[in-house]
Parts: sequence; structure tokens; C-alpha cells
Amino acid sequence: MELESLTVRTAIDGLRKRQFSSVELTRAVLDAITARDGVIGAYLWVDEADALKQAASADAARAGGADALLLGVPLAIKDILNVEGQPCTCASKILAGYRAPYDATVIARLREAGAVFAGRTNLDEFAMGSTTENSAIQLTRNPAALDRVPGGSSGGSAAAVAGGMALAALGTDTGGSIRQPASFCGCVGLKPSYGRVSRYGLVAFASSLDQIGPMTQTVEDAALLLGVMAGRDPHDATTLDRAVPNYAAALGGDLKGLRLGLPKEYFVAGLDPEVAQRVQEAVESCRRCGAEIVEVSLPHTEYAVATYYILASAEASANLARFDGVRYGHRSAVAAGTPLEMYLNTRAEGFGREVKRRIILGTYVLSSGYYDAYYTHAQRVRTLIRRDFESAFMQCDALLTPVSPDPAYLIGATAEDPLKAYLIDIFTVTANLAGICGLSVPCGTTPAGLPVGLQVLAPAFDEGTLLRIGHVYEQVREVRS
Amino acid sequence: MAAEEIDVAYVAQLATIRLTDEEARLFQRQLPVILAYVDKLRCLDVSGIEPTSHGHPVYNVLREDVPEPGLDPERVLANAPARLRDTFKVPRIVES
Amino acid sequence: MKQTYRVSIGLEIHVQLKTRTKLFCGCATSFGVPPNTCVCPVCLGYPGAMPVMNREAVRLTLVSGLMLGCSINTYSTFDRKSYFYPDMPKNYQITQYDKPLCLDGIIDIPMTDGGRKPIRLIRIHLEEDVAKSMHESSWSGVDFNRAGTPLMEIVTHPDLTSADEAAAFLTALRHILLYIGVSACNLEEGNMRCDVNVSLRPPGQDALGTKVELKNMNTISGAHDALQYEIARQSEVLDAGGRIVQETRRWDVDSGVTIHMRSKEDAHDYRYFAEPDLLPIVTPPDQIDALRRSLPELPAVRRERLARQYGIPDYDASVLAADRALADFFEAVAQRCGTGKTASNWIMTDVLRLVAAHETPVTACALTPEALVELIGMVEARTINALTAKELLEEAFLSGGSPTEQVRARGLAQVSDSGALDGWVDAVVQANPKSVADWKAGKQAAAGFLIGQVMKLSKGKADPKVVGRLVGERLAQQNG
Repeated sequence: MELESLTVRTAIDGLRKRQFSSVELTRAVLDAITARDGVIGAYLWVDEADALKQAASADAARAGGADALLLGVPLAIKDILNVEGQPCTCASKILAGYRAPYDATVIARLREAGAVFAGRTNLDEFAMGSTTENSAIQLTRNPAALDRVPGGSSGGSAAAVAGGMALAALGTDTGGSIRQPASFCGCVGLKPSYGRVSRYGLVAFASSLDQIGPMTQTVEDAALLLGVMAGRDPHDATTLDRAVPNYAAALGGDLKGLRLGLPKEYFVAGLDPEVAQRVQEAVESCRRCGAEIVEVSLPHTEYAVATYYILASAEASANLARFDGVRYGHRSAVAAGTPLEMYLNTRAEGFGREVKRRIILGTYVLSSGYYDAYYTHAQRVRTLIRRDFESAFMQCDALLTPVSPDPAYLIGATAEDPLKAYLIDIFTVTANLAGICGLSVPCGTTPAGLPVGLQVLAPAFDEGTLLRIGHVYEQVREVRS
Repeated sequence: MAAEEIDVAYVAQLATIRLTDEEARLFQRQLPVILAYVDKLRCLDVSGIEPTSHGHPVYNVLREDVPEPGLDPERVLANAPARLRDTFKVPRIVES
Repeated sequence: MKQTYRVSIGLEIHVQLKTRTKLFCGCATSFGVPPNTCVCPVCLGYPGAMPVMNREAVRLTLVSGLMLGCSINTYSTFDRKSYFYPDMPKNYQITQYDKPLCLDGIIDIPMTDGGRKPIRLIRIHLEEDVAKSMHESSWSGVDFNRAGTPLMEIVTHPDLTSADEAAAFLTALRHILLYIGVSACNLEEGNMRCDVNVSLRPPGQDALGTKVELKNMNTISGAHDALQYEIARQSEVLDAGGRIVQETRRWDVDSGVTIHMRSKEDAHDYRYFAEPDLLPIVTPPDQIDALRRSLPELPAVRRERLARQYGIPDYDASVLAADRALADFFEAVAQRCGTGKTASNWIMTDVLRLVAAHETPVTACALTPEALVELIGMVEARTINALTAKELLEEAFLSGGSPTEQVRARGLAQVSDSGALDGWVDAVVQANPKSVADWKAGKQAAAGFLIGQVMKLSKGKADPKVVGRLVGERLAQQNG
């Protein structure tokens, strides 16, 4: 049995039945990282001794009668979530030396449920990017094709799960950063509705768009983890006080009675034909499972990327102002006579090119004289995009779309053409702008063996429907290319 | 308000980021292209449309005025790039 | 030829609110504790930390707004104001830009002619305070204990026309805020800080002159002196035919002058935008009404009512009304003992003397209104004399308890029946023939001595009035 390739569900069962210990399971994951990650580069930080210590105390707790849901299950964490005592670099030089003195709320909840935090995964610096190439620390390769990117920004988490180096991982999604790498690497990625999962302890990129979600091998695993992570948090005022259903227990059945919409704006020229074909096949599978398929329209789709880049960059420009070398992280060694000099040197050295580009863009759209023309205008367009989804969800229960117009890109293919890189996010940014939930489920591969993802979008706080659709489809999915 | 108006050097100063000459040249070339692209929003008539500034339209989420334990000061200062006894050390602040 | 200019002064006052915790986190608000001991990820601006609004800070701001005659914004939002400074943990301050909690409002200030002048407020909003730094040689050290403390900013129209008026305004505002208990308003601790803008214009000109902003006034008299200096400075510039430049100047207490800090060209572009992590505050009209009903009376209103309702002198009413707890105490006593004048006399003299002597405010002492009512009743009924009453008052002030119980337990009731007193008087008159002789010789003071001796013999329990009468009668008999 290859313990490192177990799903969360099978690991839970095995641990409960004492088929293996958490130490054995964690050891297997650590060994897989040692064996494979030299090539893949998914992890930025692993502390074997600490991971095994956590695993041993989980085993001891179980011996003492404890049986929390995730007791002893090792997870990989995107290196943008605070885990007490661990570094949190955001794949940026500016957070060099920082040790988190506190747990993010999701981490606290997973810890309470018994999870082991085995290591921290690579990302685009501060989650700004769609290929993980913007990491200031290392390159991550796609386990399905080593000359290709894993997607991003949660590329390390996707590569760890798809590459058999993590049972499951956490990612974050501001404009597709969970769903797109999941589709590129061939795993499941769930972006919960805005307000479903606490963002406290997630290093903010764009506060009105960010969400944390699970990246897993199966939809059931995503449901299990979401059930632990979700719910109102007094430390995050934007979490909503809505009941958290038992997502995993509700899985099963078929798609009878569900109307699934195909937004016509998502099936257009520019969509890779192989991707289009895999998604069409997935749509057919859903139809065979009883779903009624209807065409819907999201007329403001073509404005989503522009809206997203204005709003996300504006929020980022303020969110990243705190990295100044005063309280934590990197401080320039260049002698500075004033705090301002120190800031300028520190931020020049600490931030990578894409981060600087977005801070400048965001600063510009908020600056005097441009604010209304760019920022307020984009906020109004955001309202239109939300309304698009409200109308669409009057006609159907969920939407089926491609995750990305293309399968995984060759390393270097999108470098230094920022606009081209931004347009990759066309099918994913809308869910963040509208605050709804989205799921990426593998739906086969291209003839070249590159994974393709099916995106399911459902109304805010209807993760149950999203997971049900994904789970049913996953059970009937024909493995073909 | 044409996109090419952006003065990257000035905006970088606002953002408190020092750019290398190469970065400044690169951004001065790239940002107008991005701004020209986002200008497509201008063709949308949004008069009478409320701006969306939050993820969900909820309000009055407040906490009670009850103390909670903070961080251990040593732990806080352990992250400081430079310390001046129990404080965070910075180049001398000139009042502005 | 020097001319008199019309002066327009506007104030921006920052007031630290009296909450237990900071505006966005559960850290205690503190003063004088070791550096960086009241901090957490939120108020340190740590990566990933998020603000959550303190309900009490919002309530105190709304209460202040209502007390100052503001209208309450039913929909109020918070914004980020970006600028880099080492005392700003996030390098943006969370404040309120275009939808503050309170709008408009009025504060009346007393004028030298006895009248009152209304000063209009523009707005009151809620924001977070910054950290403190200390400086040495080429370094500064930042202490984040103060960072995130709730600050209420009150902005006035430029209605003030002199340094005296500005000082009167600040004094009046401080009184009101202290009275409603929203802030300690302790200037030394920086609970109340003020920025000033001032402009001059020749008589007959409607448009305001170029305004200069003044910073760093830590006391009301500092603000007064800074304004006086600045008005004189600007007058001289204008007299000499010069022009005022829009700038920010710093008041230097030691040298008593204002010094250029920055000019308008250096003005920041703050890039305000809605704080995505904090949700709007919605206060519907019925909640505003409920809040309004819970408000205490303003000192000026209460002063008038106390004088009218209880028939006490204006002076007494103003002293009592200035301190909300004292006024509450007075009303409780006056209502129970039925006479405002007596209650006021006791509180104005004896109680306030004890407050001063023991440096204990009436809220912190052990004296209850009931105890004072008992004391007053016993004195009025001549059960105890004034001396005993003062002793009992001090005991009740320090240790509480019922004076009636004390009188009973310790047998302190004064003796006024002539039977018992006659014996003491006889004894004293017989024992002091010299005094009797002195009295006969016309020395009136000798009677006082004899009365004192009787009081002494009675261990203070004799009713001095009755003793006086009896001694007088006995001496008259001796004479005859």
C-alpha cells in the first residue's frame, strides 16, 4: 500500500482501524517528498522532525481514545497561511525570516480536528500569478508534464497532491488560484463562497475576493475538509453566520432534477479545442446522470478580467503596504538615514517584478484624479457581473464551464507579457467577483496527456450542490483522452 | 484620462517602491497596455449602478469590548529585523 | 498702517475613547505599561490579521454625536487611508472618509459678555490611533501599545474667531465628553489632541483667507498660545504686504513659536477606499431614538434644572452639574430628604471637603445618599449635634455603614433634656467661680468657656443650644 497516495477518506478509515499509524503515514509522505520533490519543487519548507512529532502526538491521542475527524492526517499548506511556529514566506523575499506567532483560523480548526501540518507549498509571490513562475524562491513543475507549469497561484499545493506528495492540501483563490492549478495538474480544487471560510491568517492579496479552499484527490475529500474549515469566525467579520452542513455525508445519488447551465460566453473562440471537447464530454456525462442542460448567458463576462485586475490590484496595493521592514521580515542592509529610505530599499529588494507591477497598477487606479474613472467604475461593473450570476441562477442550479482556456503552459510561455498572463484567468475571476463558489474536477486529459478541468459554479453558500455535482460526475467519469 | 498618462516614477513614489531604471522602463511600457485593455470598461453605462465594495452586502458585524490575551512580547520582538530594547528600531523619525 | 483682520479658526480634535479594548482587536487599551506588551497580530499589522469593529467604540461615538447635536448617518462605512509612517502598522489607517458616523452638530461656548456662541461641527468619525515612538541619536524605537486605540475625530467649521474662543471651545468640549464619560480626556496622556487651521482676511472680504494648519498642541493653553502667535505672525505678514502660504506648521512649546513643517505641495495622496474587511454600520432611526432616550442631560441643561427644581443657588447648581456623579448623588439626597437647599449645603461644604481631603471622588467613596439623608435627619431632629454629625459623616465616607446604627450603638444621641443638663451646669458653675466672677465683671467670653466645660463633661453629647440657654439662665440667677 502506498500510504502517500491515499485519499483523506481512506487515510481516516485506515487510521481508525489502526491499519497504520499517523507516524507511518506522515513518514510515507515525507519519504515521497524526499524522493520526488527535487524534480517537482512543490514544497518550500518541510520540517520532518516537527511533522513526525505532530504525528506521534496524534497517535498518542488516538491511543488515549481521541477520534477527531482528521486525527493524524498530514496536509500540505500553501505558504501564505499562518501556522504557528512555521515560516510563512508567501514565496516572497520580503517575508524572509518571519515566523508566524499565530494560527490562521482554518489552521486552528484543522488542528482541532487532528490534522498534521507536514509542509508548506510554493506559490506565485503573494498569490499573484497563474503559473507559480512568479515565486521568488523556486520553480514548480507540473507532475503530469515536467516541462510545463503547474498553474497558479496554488501551484505547489496542486503539484504536491497530483504528484503523490500530499494526501490533500490547502490553497487560496483570489481569481482562480485553486481551480486553475487543480485543472492543470489533475486534482480537485474547491473555491468556497466568499464568507464561507475565514480568511483570518491568510496573508491578504485582495480582501474582497480571497478565499481559502481544499485541493484534493477526490470531491469527497474536498467535502470532508470544507466541513472542518467552514463557518463563522469572530476574527473575520466577512464570514457569514450560516449553518455548515455535513457536506461529505450529503454526497451520493444522481443529478436528476438539477438544471445545469452552460454560459455561452465561456464556450467561445480562443478556447483550446481539446479543452472544449473534454468539457463537452463531461457535460454529456452529467446529462446522462439525469441533469437537464440549458444554455444561459453571463453577458458581462468579457469585462471580468479588466474589473478583476483593477479591484484586486487596488486592494493589493494597500494590503502589501505593511511589508516595510519594521516589524517582521526582510529589511534592507543598505544604510538608510530615514524610515522612508529604509522602506524604499526594503521594498525594492523584497518584492518581485509582478508584485511591484500590480502594486503600481493598484496605486494608480486609487490615486487622486483616477479613482472614479477606474476604481469606482470597476466596482459598478462588479455589481453587473454579480447580477449576471443572479439571473443565471434563476434559470439553473449550477453552471458547467471550462476552468481555463488552455491546458498547462510550457514553462516560460507567458513570461513578460502580463496582459496575456492576466487573460488566462478569464473563466475563473468571475466567481470571485460574484462571491459564489466554484469547483474544478478533472475531466480527462488532452492527447498529450495534459489534465483538463471541468468547472462547476453554484450560488453563494450552495457548496452542497457544487460538491454533489462534482461527486456524481467523478463517479461516472470515463478516463479518456 | 488616457491610459498613457500614467507616470510610473510618480506612482512608484506614492507606492513607496524604488524601481530600477530597467523596471521603470518596462512598467512604463507595459502598464499603458494594461490600462488600455481595462479601458474597455468605459463603454459600459453604469449610471445608477451601486458599486460593490464587499464580498456580500451584510452589515453591523461587531465584537464585544472584551479583552483577549495578546502576543508574548518576546515573541513579537523576535520577528523584528532590528530591536531597540523593547521597541522596533527604525532610522530616526523626523517629524512630518 | 496695521489693520485688524477677521480670523477664522477650525479645529480637528482627536479624542481617545474609553473602551476596555482597542478598536479592532481584544488588546487592552493601556497607558504607561512596558513597550509592546499590549499587542497582537491585528494591532501590529501582521500578515493575515484582520480587524473586527468594537461595538462599544461605535456606541460611544454615536452617544457623543447625539450629545453634541449631530445627526447620525444611518449608513456609515470605514475606509483605508494610505500613507507610510513607522507608527502606522499597516501603512494605512482605518478611518472614515465620506460616510462618517455623525454629521453636523453644535457646541455652545460662553462669551465674555455673558452670552453664548454656537460653534458648528462638520462631522465626527471613528478611526484608529497610531503607535508611539521614542527617539535617540540616529534611531527611533516604535512601541505599538497605543496602535489601534479607538479615536473619535471631531471636526468643526471655521466658526471660531480668536484664540480665546478656541480655548473656550476646547474647554466646553472637554467638559461635555468628561461628563458623558466617553473619554478620560487626559491631555497629558494624549487622550485629547488637537490640530488647528487658521486663516485671516481683511474686513469686508467674504472668502476665507489662505489657511495654515497647526500641529502638536498638547494642552488647551498650548492651542491658545499657538493660535495667538500664529494670528500675530500672519497679521505681520499681511501688514507688510506679504502673502500667506498654505502650509502645515508645528507649535514649539519651548520657544513659543510655530515652525514650518511641510507645504501644500507635499500634501499626501491618501488613496482612500472602502475597507473590505469591515462591514458598514447601519443604525436605523428606531435605534437612534433608543440611544437618544438613554442620553444623560447635558451639564448646562442640568444646571438650570437643578437650580429651578431644588431652589438652590446658581453657583451650587453649576458646581453640582459639572460632575455627573456628584449631581446624581445630590439629586438622590435632595429627593429623599425633601429639601434641596440643605442637601446642597451638606454636599457643597462637608462632602466636597472630604472628597478633596481624601482625594476620593464621590463615586469611589463609601458614603451612600441614604447615609447622608439619615445624618441630615438626625441633625434636623437635633438627635445629634453638628460635631458628632461631621465625625459620623467622615466615618461613613471612609467605611460606609448607617449613621443611625452608629448613633444607637455608641450612644451618641445628644442630651437636650434639662434634667440631665441642669446637674452638669450646676457642677461647672460651682467648680469655676473665677469664670463666673469674670462674667459678672462684663467678660462675655467667660460664658463660652463655661458652655465648653459643660460640653466636655457631657462628652460632646449635650445639645449646645440648650446648654447655652441653661448657662445663660444660671449666670443671670447668680447676678440677681
